[in-house]
Amino acid sequence: MYQTDNLVKDLVEIHGRRRDSLMPILQGIVEKHNYLTDDAMVEVAKELDISAAEVYGTASFYSFLDTEPRGKYVIRVCKTITCAMKGKYEIIEVLEDVLKIKVGETTSNGLFTLLETNCMGWCHKAPAMLINDIPYTELTREKIVKIIRDYNHNK
Amino acid sequence: MMETKKVSKVDLIFEHIDPRELLTKVHGMTGSDIIEEIIESGLKGRGGAGFPTGMKWKFCAEEKEKTKYIVCNADEGEPGTFKDREILDRVAYKVYAGMTIAGRAVGAKKGIIYLRGEYKFLLPQLRMELDGFHKMIDEVGYDFEIDFRLGSGAYICGEESALFESIEGKRGEPRNKPPYPTSSGLFGKPTVVNNVETLVNSVIILKYGSERYKKMGTRFSTGAKVFSVSGDTLIPGIYELELGMSLLEFVKEFGDGDTKAVQVGGAAGFCVPRKLFASTVIGFEGVPTGGSMMLFNSSRSMYHILHNYLEFFTEESCGQCTPCRVGCQQLLKGVESVKKGESKSTYLNELVKLADTMKIASKCGLGQSVGNAFNSIVENFREEIIY
Repeated sequence: MYQTDNLVKDLVEIHGRRRDSLMPILQGIVEKHNYLTDDAMVEVAKELDISAAEVYGTASFYSFLDTEPRGKYVIRVCKTITCAMKGKYEIIEVLEDVLKIKVGETTSNGLFTLLETNCMGWCHKAPAMLINDIPYTELTREKIVKIIRDYNHNK
Repeated sequence: MMETKKVSKVDLIFEHIDPRELLTKVHGMTGSDIIEEIIESGLKGRGGAGFPTGMKWKFCAEEKEKTKYIVCNADEGEPGTFKDREILDRVAYKVYAGMTIAGRAVGAKKGIIYLRGEYKFLLPQLRMELDGFHKMIDEVGYDFEIDFRLGSGAYICGEESALFESIEGKRGEPRNKPPYPTSSGLFGKPTVVNNVETLVNSVIILKYGSERYKKMGTRFSTGAKVFSVSGDTLIPGIYELELGMSLLEFVKEFGDGDTKAVQVGGAAGFCVPRKLFASTVIGFEGVPTGGSMMLFNSSRSMYHILHNYLEFFTEESCGQCTPCRVGCQQLLKGVESVKKGESKSTYLNELVKLADTMKIASKCGLGQSVGNAFNSIVENFREEIIY
Protein backbone atom coordinates (compact mmCIF):
# COMPACT_ATOMS: atom_id res chain seq x y z
CA MET A 1 0.00 0.00 0.00
CA TYR A 2 1.08 3.54 -0.59
CA GLN A 3 -0.25 7.03 0.05
CA THR A 4 -0.92 9.04 -3.08
CA ASP A 5 -0.31 12.33 -1.20
CA ASN A 6 -0.63 15.04 -3.83
CA LEU A 7 0.06 12.82 -6.83
CA VAL A 8 -3.53 12.59 -8.09
CA LYS A 9 -4.03 16.34 -7.73
CA ASP A 10 -0.76 17.02 -9.52
CA LEU A 11 -1.71 14.68 -12.36
CA VAL A 12 -5.12 16.31 -12.66
CA GLU A 13 -3.38 19.67 -12.91
CA ILE A 14 -1.32 18.37 -15.84
CA HIS A 15 -3.92 16.28 -17.67
CA GLY A 16 -7.20 17.98 -16.79
CA ARG A 17 -10.53 16.70 -15.49
CA ARG A 18 -12.05 15.43 -18.71
CA ARG A 19 -12.96 11.81 -19.23
CA ASP A 20 -10.08 11.47 -21.67
CA SER A 21 -7.72 12.61 -18.92
CA LEU A 22 -8.36 9.32 -17.17
CA MET A 23 -5.81 7.12 -18.93
CA PRO A 24 -2.88 9.55 -18.57
CA ILE A 25 -3.75 10.03 -14.88
CA LEU A 26 -3.90 6.29 -14.20
CA GLN A 27 -0.70 5.80 -16.19
CA GLY A 28 0.93 8.53 -14.13
CA ILE A 29 0.02 6.80 -10.86
CA VAL A 30 1.31 3.47 -12.14
CA GLU A 31 4.51 5.12 -13.33
CA LYS A 32 5.19 6.24 -9.77
CA HIS A 33 3.76 3.38 -7.69
CA ASN A 34 3.53 0.45 -10.18
CA TYR A 35 -0.09 -0.34 -9.37
CA LEU A 36 -3.42 1.25 -8.49
CA THR A 37 -4.87 0.99 -5.00
CA ASP A 38 -8.62 1.21 -4.37
CA ASP A 39 -8.02 4.51 -2.57
CA ALA A 40 -6.13 5.93 -5.54
CA MET A 41 -8.91 4.94 -7.94
CA VAL A 42 -11.59 6.43 -5.70
CA GLU A 43 -9.60 9.65 -5.47
CA VAL A 44 -9.32 9.81 -9.26
CA ALA A 45 -13.07 9.18 -9.55
CA LYS A 46 -13.79 12.10 -7.21
CA GLU A 47 -11.44 14.43 -9.06
CA LEU A 48 -12.96 13.56 -12.44
CA ASP A 49 -16.49 13.41 -11.04
CA ILE A 50 -17.17 9.95 -12.44
CA SER A 51 -18.06 6.78 -10.58
CA ALA A 52 -15.32 4.66 -9.06
CA ALA A 53 -16.72 1.73 -11.04
CA GLU A 54 -15.92 3.61 -14.26
CA VAL A 55 -12.36 4.11 -13.12
CA TYR A 56 -11.96 0.51 -12.04
CA GLY A 57 -13.67 -0.71 -15.21
CA THR A 58 -11.18 1.18 -17.34
CA ALA A 59 -8.14 0.26 -15.25
CA SER A 60 -8.97 -3.43 -15.10
CA PHE A 61 -9.23 -3.59 -18.90
CA TYR A 62 -5.54 -2.80 -19.41
CA SER A 63 -2.87 -5.29 -18.45
CA PHE A 64 -0.34 -2.56 -17.61
CA LEU A 65 -2.74 -0.79 -15.23
CA ASP A 66 -2.39 -3.27 -12.41
CA THR A 67 -4.92 -3.18 -9.62
CA GLU A 68 -3.00 -5.63 -7.44
CA PRO A 69 0.15 -4.79 -5.47
CA ARG A 70 3.30 -4.92 -7.57
CA GLY A 71 6.97 -4.61 -6.76
CA LYS A 72 9.15 -1.63 -7.56
CA TYR A 73 10.40 -3.40 -10.67
CA VAL A 74 7.76 -5.21 -12.70
CA ILE A 75 9.30 -7.81 -14.97
CA ARG A 76 7.18 -8.83 -17.94
CA VAL A 77 8.52 -11.73 -19.97
CA CYS A 78 7.14 -12.05 -23.49
CA LYS A 79 5.36 -15.37 -23.95
CA THR A 80 4.16 -15.04 -27.53
CA ILE A 81 5.19 -17.37 -30.28
CA THR A 82 8.68 -16.27 -31.33
CA CYS A 83 9.85 -15.73 -27.76
CA ALA A 84 8.26 -19.07 -26.82
CA MET A 85 10.23 -20.72 -29.66
CA LYS A 86 13.48 -19.00 -28.70
CA GLY A 87 13.72 -19.96 -25.05
CA LYS A 88 11.10 -18.08 -23.05
CA TYR A 89 10.61 -21.13 -20.82
CA GLU A 90 14.26 -21.15 -19.78
CA ILE A 91 14.11 -17.41 -19.17
CA ILE A 92 11.19 -17.86 -16.79
CA GLU A 93 13.02 -20.69 -15.04
CA VAL A 94 16.13 -18.59 -14.55
CA LEU A 95 14.12 -15.63 -13.25
CA GLU A 96 12.16 -17.85 -10.86
CA ASP A 97 15.41 -19.32 -9.68
CA VAL A 98 17.21 -16.00 -9.21
CA LEU A 99 14.26 -14.17 -7.65
CA LYS A 100 12.93 -17.17 -5.68
CA ILE A 101 9.37 -16.46 -6.77
CA LYS A 102 6.91 -17.90 -9.30
CA VAL A 103 5.23 -16.06 -12.17
CA GLY A 104 2.58 -13.74 -10.71
CA GLU A 105 4.41 -13.28 -7.41
CA THR A 106 6.37 -10.43 -5.83
CA THR A 107 9.61 -10.83 -3.90
CA SER A 108 9.24 -10.45 -0.12
CA ASN A 109 11.34 -7.26 -0.14
CA GLY A 110 8.81 -5.72 -2.55
CA LEU A 111 11.45 -5.14 -5.20
CA PHE A 112 10.47 -7.45 -8.08
CA THR A 113 7.23 -8.77 -9.54
CA LEU A 114 7.46 -11.48 -12.20
CA LEU A 115 4.77 -11.53 -14.89
CA GLU A 116 4.30 -12.72 -18.45
CA THR A 117 3.02 -10.53 -21.26
CA ASN A 118 1.96 -10.85 -24.87
CA CYS A 119 4.06 -9.93 -27.91
CA MET A 120 6.01 -6.74 -27.22
CA GLY A 121 7.58 -6.31 -30.63
CA TRP A 122 11.07 -7.77 -30.20
CA CYS A 123 10.52 -11.04 -32.10
CA HIS A 124 13.76 -10.64 -34.08
CA LYS A 125 15.68 -10.35 -30.81
CA ALA A 126 13.82 -13.00 -28.85
CA PRO A 127 13.56 -13.86 -26.03
CA ALA A 128 12.67 -10.49 -24.58
CA MET A 129 11.32 -8.92 -21.41
CA LEU A 130 10.39 -5.53 -20.03
CA ILE A 131 11.44 -4.25 -16.63
CA ASN A 132 9.04 -1.39 -16.01
CA ASP A 133 9.45 0.50 -19.32
CA ILE A 134 12.86 -0.77 -20.37
CA PRO A 135 13.12 -3.62 -22.87
CA TYR A 136 15.82 -6.30 -22.56
CA THR A 137 16.37 -8.56 -25.54
CA GLU A 138 18.31 -11.61 -26.73
CA LEU A 139 18.25 -12.83 -23.16
CA THR A 140 20.49 -15.55 -21.82
CA ARG A 141 20.97 -16.94 -18.33
CA GLU A 142 24.11 -14.83 -17.86
CA LYS A 143 22.42 -11.65 -19.04
CA ILE A 144 19.49 -12.12 -16.70
CA VAL A 145 21.67 -12.79 -13.67
CA LYS A 146 23.60 -9.60 -14.41
CA ILE A 147 20.48 -7.50 -15.03
CA ILE A 148 18.87 -8.59 -11.76
CA ARG A 149 22.12 -8.03 -9.90
CA ASP A 150 22.32 -4.48 -11.28
CA TYR A 151 18.74 -3.73 -10.23
CA ASN A 152 19.47 -5.11 -6.78
CA HIS A 153 22.49 -2.81 -6.50
CA ASN A 154 20.60 0.27 -7.60
CA LYS A 155 17.48 -0.28 -5.58
CA MET B 1 -1.09 -17.37 -63.43
CA MET B 2 -0.76 -14.48 -61.05
CA GLU B 3 1.98 -11.96 -61.51
CA THR B 4 4.75 -12.54 -59.00
CA LYS B 5 8.05 -10.83 -58.43
CA LYS B 6 11.47 -11.74 -57.16
CA VAL B 7 12.53 -10.52 -53.76
CA SER B 8 13.44 -6.92 -54.39
CA LYS B 9 14.88 -4.79 -51.62
CA VAL B 10 14.27 -1.06 -51.59
CA ASP B 11 15.27 1.72 -49.24
CA LEU B 12 12.59 4.37 -49.08
CA ILE B 13 11.03 4.19 -45.63
CA PHE B 14 14.30 4.70 -43.75
CA GLU B 15 15.91 6.97 -46.33
CA HIS B 16 16.58 10.42 -44.94
CA ILE B 17 14.84 13.30 -46.64
CA ASP B 18 14.54 17.01 -46.04
CA PRO B 19 11.09 17.30 -44.44
CA ARG B 20 11.06 21.10 -44.72
CA GLU B 21 11.59 20.97 -48.47
CA LEU B 22 8.82 18.40 -48.94
CA LEU B 23 6.35 20.11 -46.63
CA THR B 24 7.01 23.44 -48.34
CA LYS B 25 6.14 21.83 -51.66
CA VAL B 26 3.01 20.17 -50.22
CA HIS B 27 1.95 23.48 -48.65
CA GLY B 28 1.52 24.80 -52.15
CA MET B 29 -0.86 21.97 -53.09
CA THR B 30 -4.61 21.95 -52.46
CA GLY B 31 -6.15 19.25 -50.30
CA SER B 32 -7.76 17.60 -53.30
CA ASP B 33 -4.44 17.61 -55.21
CA ILE B 34 -2.82 15.74 -52.34
CA ILE B 35 -5.68 13.24 -52.12
CA GLU B 36 -5.64 12.69 -55.90
CA GLU B 37 -1.94 11.87 -55.76
CA ILE B 38 -2.46 9.35 -52.95
CA ILE B 39 -5.44 7.73 -54.69
CA GLU B 40 -3.48 7.56 -57.93
CA SER B 41 -0.61 5.78 -56.16
CA GLY B 42 -2.86 2.88 -55.16
CA LEU B 43 -1.53 2.99 -51.60
CA LYS B 44 -3.36 0.63 -49.27
CA GLY B 45 -3.13 0.64 -45.48
CA ARG B 46 0.06 -0.92 -44.15
CA GLY B 47 -1.35 -1.99 -40.79
CA GLY B 48 -2.83 -5.15 -42.23
CA ALA B 49 -6.41 -4.36 -43.26
CA GLY B 50 -5.36 -2.75 -46.55
CA PHE B 51 -8.01 -0.06 -46.98
CA PRO B 52 -7.17 2.39 -49.81
CA THR B 53 -5.57 5.34 -48.02
CA GLY B 54 -6.54 7.99 -50.56
CA MET B 55 -10.20 7.03 -50.31
CA LYS B 56 -10.06 7.23 -46.54
CA TRP B 57 -8.63 10.76 -46.76
CA LYS B 58 -11.22 11.70 -49.38
CA PHE B 59 -14.16 10.55 -47.24
CA CYS B 60 -12.84 12.50 -44.30
CA ALA B 61 -12.16 15.60 -46.43
CA GLU B 62 -15.77 15.56 -47.64
CA GLU B 63 -17.11 15.84 -44.08
CA LYS B 64 -18.34 19.31 -43.17
CA GLU B 65 -17.34 19.21 -39.47
CA LYS B 66 -14.90 21.88 -38.36
CA THR B 67 -12.97 19.69 -35.95
CA LYS B 68 -11.23 16.67 -37.47
CA TYR B 69 -8.46 14.44 -36.26
CA ILE B 70 -5.52 12.59 -37.73
CA VAL B 71 -4.71 9.57 -35.60
CA CYS B 72 -1.55 7.59 -36.09
CA ASN B 73 -1.98 4.00 -35.01
CA ALA B 74 1.29 3.03 -33.34
CA ASP B 75 -0.29 0.29 -31.25
CA GLU B 76 1.73 -2.32 -33.08
CA GLY B 77 0.68 -5.46 -31.23
CA GLU B 78 0.34 -8.17 -33.86
CA PRO B 79 2.62 -11.06 -32.92
CA GLY B 80 5.66 -10.99 -35.15
CA THR B 81 5.60 -7.32 -36.09
CA PHE B 82 8.08 -4.75 -34.89
CA LYS B 83 8.50 -2.48 -37.91
CA ASP B 84 6.55 0.49 -36.55
CA ARG B 85 8.89 0.69 -33.58
CA GLU B 86 11.84 0.71 -35.93
CA ILE B 87 10.25 3.41 -38.09
CA LEU B 88 9.50 5.61 -35.07
CA ASP B 89 12.96 5.00 -33.69
CA ARG B 90 14.76 5.91 -36.89
CA VAL B 91 12.58 8.29 -38.91
CA ALA B 92 9.83 9.62 -36.63
CA TYR B 93 9.93 12.95 -38.49
CA LYS B 94 8.57 11.18 -41.57
CA VAL B 95 5.61 9.94 -39.51
CA TYR B 96 5.02 13.47 -38.24
CA ALA B 97 5.30 14.74 -41.82
CA GLY B 98 2.77 12.16 -43.03
CA MET B 99 0.32 13.27 -40.35
CA THR B 100 0.84 16.92 -41.27
CA ILE B 101 0.19 16.12 -44.92
CA ALA B 102 -2.95 14.13 -44.02
CA GLY B 103 -4.09 17.06 -41.89
CA ARG B 104 -3.60 19.45 -44.79
CA ALA B 105 -5.46 17.08 -47.13
CA VAL B 106 -8.57 16.59 -44.99
CA GLY B 107 -8.61 19.86 -43.05
CA ALA B 108 -7.52 18.63 -39.62
CA LYS B 109 -5.43 20.68 -37.21
CA LYS B 110 -4.84 18.09 -34.56
CA GLY B 111 -2.94 14.83 -34.74
CA ILE B 112 -2.60 12.16 -32.08
CA ILE B 113 -0.13 9.30 -32.05
CA TYR B 114 -1.37 6.34 -30.03
CA LEU B 115 1.81 4.59 -28.96
CA ARG B 116 1.59 1.19 -27.34
CA GLY B 117 2.73 1.09 -23.71
CA GLU B 118 5.43 -1.42 -24.60
CA TYR B 119 7.17 1.31 -26.63
CA LYS B 120 7.02 3.95 -23.90
CA PHE B 121 10.82 3.93 -23.67
CA LEU B 122 10.85 5.71 -27.04
CA LEU B 123 8.76 8.61 -25.81
CA PRO B 124 11.42 11.06 -24.52
CA GLN B 125 13.31 10.86 -27.81
CA LEU B 126 10.10 11.13 -29.85
CA ARG B 127 8.90 14.17 -27.93
CA MET B 128 12.22 15.92 -28.41
CA GLU B 129 12.11 15.33 -32.16
CA LEU B 130 8.49 16.47 -32.21
CA ASP B 131 9.38 19.82 -30.61
CA GLY B 132 11.79 20.55 -33.44
CA PHE B 133 9.26 19.38 -35.99
CA HIS B 134 6.55 21.67 -34.62
CA LYS B 135 8.86 24.67 -34.91
CA MET B 136 9.70 23.76 -38.48
CA ILE B 137 6.10 23.35 -39.71
CA ASP B 138 5.15 26.58 -37.93
CA GLU B 139 7.74 28.39 -40.01
CA VAL B 140 6.56 26.72 -43.21
CA GLY B 141 3.03 27.88 -42.42
CA TYR B 142 1.13 24.83 -41.24
CA ASP B 143 -1.46 25.07 -38.49
CA PHE B 144 -1.07 21.55 -37.16
CA GLU B 145 -0.19 20.05 -33.80
CA ILE B 146 0.68 16.50 -32.83
CA ASP B 147 0.37 14.91 -29.41
CA PHE B 148 1.10 11.49 -27.96
CA ARG B 149 -1.21 9.16 -26.08
CA LEU B 150 0.01 5.92 -24.57
CA GLY B 151 -1.61 2.53 -24.55
CA SER B 152 -1.38 0.26 -21.53
CA GLY B 153 -0.97 -3.25 -22.82
CA ALA B 154 -4.07 -4.18 -24.83
CA TYR B 155 -3.76 -5.75 -28.28
CA ILE B 156 -7.35 -4.87 -29.14
CA CYS B 157 -6.54 -1.14 -29.00
CA GLY B 158 -4.91 -1.53 -32.40
CA GLU B 159 -8.46 -1.88 -33.73
CA GLU B 160 -9.27 1.66 -34.77
CA SER B 161 -12.50 2.20 -32.84
CA ALA B 162 -11.11 0.51 -29.71
CA LEU B 163 -8.17 2.87 -30.05
CA PHE B 164 -10.56 5.86 -29.98
CA GLU B 165 -12.30 4.48 -26.91
CA SER B 166 -8.93 4.14 -25.22
CA ILE B 167 -7.91 7.72 -26.03
CA GLU B 168 -11.30 8.84 -24.70
CA GLY B 169 -10.42 7.21 -21.39
CA LYS B 170 -12.56 4.11 -21.62
CA ARG B 171 -12.17 0.37 -21.90
CA GLY B 172 -10.77 -0.46 -25.32
CA GLU B 173 -13.91 -2.06 -26.68
CA PRO B 174 -14.52 -1.77 -30.43
CA ARG B 175 -17.55 0.17 -31.63
CA ASN B 176 -20.18 -0.90 -34.12
CA LYS B 177 -19.51 0.15 -37.70
CA PRO B 178 -20.93 2.08 -39.41
CA PRO B 179 -20.47 4.89 -38.64
CA TYR B 180 -16.89 4.68 -39.89
CA PRO B 181 -14.12 6.81 -38.39
CA THR B 182 -14.03 9.15 -41.39
CA SER B 183 -17.51 10.39 -40.42
CA SER B 184 -17.55 9.69 -36.68
CA GLY B 185 -14.26 8.73 -35.08
CA LEU B 186 -12.35 10.18 -32.16
CA PHE B 187 -14.71 12.17 -29.88
CA GLY B 188 -17.35 11.58 -32.54
CA LYS B 189 -15.49 13.77 -35.05
CA PRO B 190 -14.36 12.85 -38.57
CA THR B 191 -11.06 11.05 -38.15
CA VAL B 192 -8.39 9.62 -40.38
CA VAL B 193 -6.62 6.78 -38.64
CA ASN B 194 -3.53 5.47 -40.41
CA ASN B 195 -0.79 3.07 -39.51
CA VAL B 196 2.72 4.45 -38.90
CA GLU B 197 4.09 2.97 -42.12
CA THR B 198 1.12 4.13 -44.21
CA LEU B 199 1.83 7.72 -43.18
CA VAL B 200 5.47 7.40 -44.18
CA ASN B 201 4.34 5.98 -47.53
CA SER B 202 2.28 9.10 -48.15
CA VAL B 203 5.48 11.11 -47.66
CA ILE B 204 7.30 8.90 -50.16
CA ILE B 205 4.49 9.28 -52.70
CA LEU B 206 4.43 13.06 -52.44
CA LYS B 207 8.20 13.22 -52.71
CA TYR B 208 8.61 10.96 -55.72
CA GLY B 209 5.14 11.12 -57.29
CA SER B 210 2.55 8.40 -57.69
CA GLU B 211 3.88 7.38 -61.12
CA ARG B 212 7.25 6.35 -59.76
CA TYR B 213 5.66 4.81 -56.69
CA LYS B 214 3.39 2.60 -58.77
CA LYS B 215 6.37 1.13 -60.61
CA MET B 216 7.06 -0.82 -57.45
CA GLY B 217 4.95 -3.82 -56.53
CA THR B 218 2.06 -5.12 -58.60
CA ARG B 219 -1.15 -3.66 -60.00
CA PHE B 220 -3.13 -4.62 -56.89
CA SER B 221 -0.34 -4.12 -54.39
CA THR B 222 1.58 -1.03 -55.35
CA GLY B 223 4.72 0.02 -53.56
CA ALA B 224 6.94 -1.67 -51.06
CA LYS B 225 6.38 -2.85 -47.53
CA VAL B 226 8.44 -3.17 -44.40
CA PHE B 227 8.52 -6.79 -43.35
CA SER B 228 9.25 -7.99 -39.84
CA VAL B 229 11.04 -11.31 -40.26
CA SER B 230 11.39 -13.63 -37.28
CA GLY B 231 11.29 -17.25 -36.19
CA ASP B 232 13.45 -19.91 -37.81
CA THR B 233 15.63 -17.70 -39.96
CA LEU B 234 19.31 -16.91 -39.81
CA ILE B 235 18.67 -13.27 -40.61
CA PRO B 236 15.78 -12.00 -38.46
CA GLY B 237 15.06 -8.30 -38.74
CA ILE B 238 13.42 -5.54 -40.74
CA TYR B 239 13.39 -5.64 -44.53
CA GLU B 240 11.74 -3.28 -46.97
CA LEU B 241 10.64 -5.31 -49.98
CA GLU B 242 8.43 -4.74 -53.00
CA LEU B 243 5.00 -6.30 -52.68
CA GLY B 244 3.90 -9.12 -54.94
CA MET B 245 6.68 -11.67 -54.45
CA SER B 246 5.77 -15.30 -54.05
CA LEU B 247 6.22 -16.89 -50.67
CA LEU B 248 8.64 -19.35 -52.28
CA GLU B 249 10.95 -16.51 -53.28
CA PHE B 250 10.65 -15.08 -49.79
CA VAL B 251 11.54 -18.38 -48.15
CA LYS B 252 14.52 -18.83 -50.48
CA GLU B 253 15.85 -15.53 -49.18
CA PHE B 254 14.96 -15.79 -45.50
CA GLY B 255 14.37 -19.47 -44.72
CA ASP B 256 16.90 -21.71 -42.96
CA GLY B 257 16.64 -24.43 -45.61
CA ASP B 258 14.09 -26.38 -43.63
CA THR B 259 11.05 -24.09 -43.59
CA LYS B 260 7.85 -26.04 -43.08
CA ALA B 261 5.40 -23.15 -42.80
CA VAL B 262 5.26 -19.39 -42.74
CA GLN B 263 2.77 -17.43 -40.67
CA VAL B 264 1.94 -14.47 -42.88
CA GLY B 265 0.31 -11.52 -41.11
CA GLY B 266 0.80 -12.54 -37.50
CA ALA B 267 -1.51 -14.56 -35.28
CA ALA B 268 -4.43 -12.91 -37.07
CA GLY B 269 -3.01 -13.96 -40.45
CA PHE B 270 -2.63 -17.21 -42.34
CA CYS B 271 -0.33 -20.15 -41.85
CA VAL B 272 0.95 -21.21 -45.26
CA PRO B 273 2.42 -24.74 -45.55
CA ARG B 274 5.40 -25.57 -47.74
CA LYS B 275 3.31 -27.07 -50.55
CA LEU B 276 1.60 -23.71 -51.09
CA PHE B 277 4.73 -21.50 -51.01
CA ALA B 278 4.98 -21.30 -54.81
CA SER B 279 1.34 -20.40 -55.37
CA THR B 280 1.08 -17.84 -52.56
CA VAL B 281 1.56 -14.20 -53.44
CA ILE B 282 2.44 -11.77 -50.66
CA GLY B 283 0.18 -8.84 -51.33
CA PHE B 284 -3.43 -7.79 -51.40
CA GLU B 285 -4.20 -10.12 -54.33
CA GLY B 286 -2.85 -13.06 -52.34
CA VAL B 287 -2.13 -13.19 -48.63
CA PRO B 288 -2.07 -9.68 -47.21
CA THR B 289 0.16 -8.86 -44.28
CA GLY B 290 0.85 -6.02 -41.93
CA GLY B 291 4.43 -7.15 -42.31
CA SER B 292 4.65 -10.01 -39.84
CA MET B 293 6.48 -12.99 -41.36
CA MET B 294 7.23 -15.80 -38.91
CA LEU B 295 9.07 -18.80 -40.25
CA PHE B 296 8.76 -22.26 -38.74
CA ASN B 297 11.08 -25.14 -39.52
CA SER B 298 10.38 -28.84 -39.22
CA SER B 299 11.51 -28.96 -35.58
CA ARG B 300 8.44 -26.95 -34.56
CA SER B 301 5.18 -28.45 -33.38
CA MET B 302 2.28 -26.78 -35.15
CA TYR B 303 0.12 -27.77 -32.20
CA HIS B 304 2.23 -25.63 -29.88
CA ILE B 305 2.11 -22.77 -32.35
CA LEU B 306 -1.66 -22.95 -32.66
CA HIS B 307 -2.01 -23.32 -28.91
CA ASN B 308 0.13 -20.23 -28.37
CA TYR B 309 -2.04 -18.20 -30.78
CA LEU B 310 -5.23 -19.35 -29.10
CA GLU B 311 -3.94 -18.47 -25.64
CA PHE B 312 -3.03 -15.07 -27.07
CA PHE B 313 -6.50 -14.45 -28.51
CA THR B 314 -8.27 -15.79 -25.43
CA GLU B 315 -6.39 -13.26 -23.31
CA GLU B 316 -6.64 -10.38 -25.72
CA SER B 317 -10.31 -10.75 -26.71
CA CYS B 318 -12.00 -7.73 -25.16
CA GLY B 319 -14.88 -9.95 -24.08
CA GLN B 320 -17.54 -7.62 -25.37
CA CYS B 321 -19.15 -9.91 -27.96
CA THR B 322 -20.00 -13.54 -27.29
CA PRO B 323 -18.73 -15.18 -30.50
CA CYS B 324 -15.21 -13.95 -29.82
CA ARG B 325 -15.16 -14.22 -26.03
CA VAL B 326 -16.59 -17.72 -25.85
CA GLY B 327 -15.29 -18.82 -29.24
CA CYS B 328 -11.64 -18.21 -28.37
CA GLN B 329 -11.99 -20.13 -25.12
CA GLN B 330 -13.75 -23.05 -26.78
CA LEU B 331 -11.21 -23.30 -29.61
CA LEU B 332 -8.44 -23.43 -27.02
CA LYS B 333 -10.21 -26.02 -24.87
CA GLY B 334 -11.16 -27.92 -28.01
CA VAL B 335 -7.65 -28.41 -29.40
CA GLU B 336 -6.41 -29.32 -25.93
CA SER B 337 -9.06 -32.01 -25.59
CA VAL B 338 -8.34 -33.43 -29.05
CA LYS B 339 -4.62 -33.49 -28.27
CA LYS B 340 -5.22 -35.31 -24.99
CA GLY B 341 -7.50 -37.79 -26.72
CA GLU B 342 -10.50 -36.67 -24.69
CA SER B 343 -12.34 -35.71 -27.87
CA LYS B 344 -12.37 -37.53 -31.19
CA SER B 345 -10.33 -36.11 -34.02
CA THR B 346 -13.57 -35.36 -35.89
CA TYR B 347 -14.26 -32.76 -33.19
CA LEU B 348 -11.78 -30.61 -35.11
CA ASN B 349 -14.41 -30.28 -37.85
CA GLU B 350 -16.81 -28.80 -35.30
CA LEU B 351 -14.11 -26.40 -34.17
CA VAL B 352 -13.52 -25.28 -37.76
CA LYS B 353 -17.25 -24.55 -38.01
CA LEU B 354 -17.01 -22.54 -34.80
CA ALA B 355 -14.08 -20.56 -36.21
CA ASP B 356 -16.14 -19.91 -39.36
CA THR B 357 -19.03 -18.68 -37.22
CA MET B 358 -16.67 -16.35 -35.37
CA LYS B 359 -15.60 -14.93 -38.74
CA ILE B 360 -19.11 -13.82 -39.58
CA ALA B 361 -20.54 -13.17 -36.11
CA SER B 362 -17.75 -11.32 -34.26
CA LYS B 363 -17.98 -7.58 -33.92
CA CYS B 364 -14.44 -6.66 -34.91
CA GLY B 365 -11.36 -7.86 -36.70
CA LEU B 366 -10.00 -9.76 -33.70
CA GLY B 367 -12.76 -12.36 -33.51
CA GLN B 368 -13.16 -12.32 -37.28
CA SER B 369 -9.56 -13.29 -37.89
CA VAL B 370 -9.00 -16.01 -35.28
CA GLY B 371 -10.28 -18.47 -37.87
CA ASN B 372 -7.53 -17.52 -40.34
CA ALA B 373 -4.74 -19.12 -38.38
CA PHE B 374 -6.97 -21.76 -36.81
CA ASN B 375 -8.40 -23.12 -40.03
CA SER B 376 -5.18 -22.90 -42.02
CA ILE B 377 -3.25 -24.82 -39.34
CA VAL B 378 -5.96 -27.43 -38.75
CA GLU B 379 -6.39 -27.96 -42.51
CA ASN B 380 -2.72 -28.26 -43.31
CA PHE B 381 -1.30 -29.84 -40.17
CA ARG B 382 -4.22 -31.87 -38.92
CA GLU B 383 -2.12 -34.84 -37.87
CA GLU B 384 0.11 -32.61 -35.72
CA ILE B 385 -2.92 -31.35 -33.85
CA ILE B 386 -4.30 -34.83 -33.21
CA TYR B 387 -1.16 -36.88 -32.42
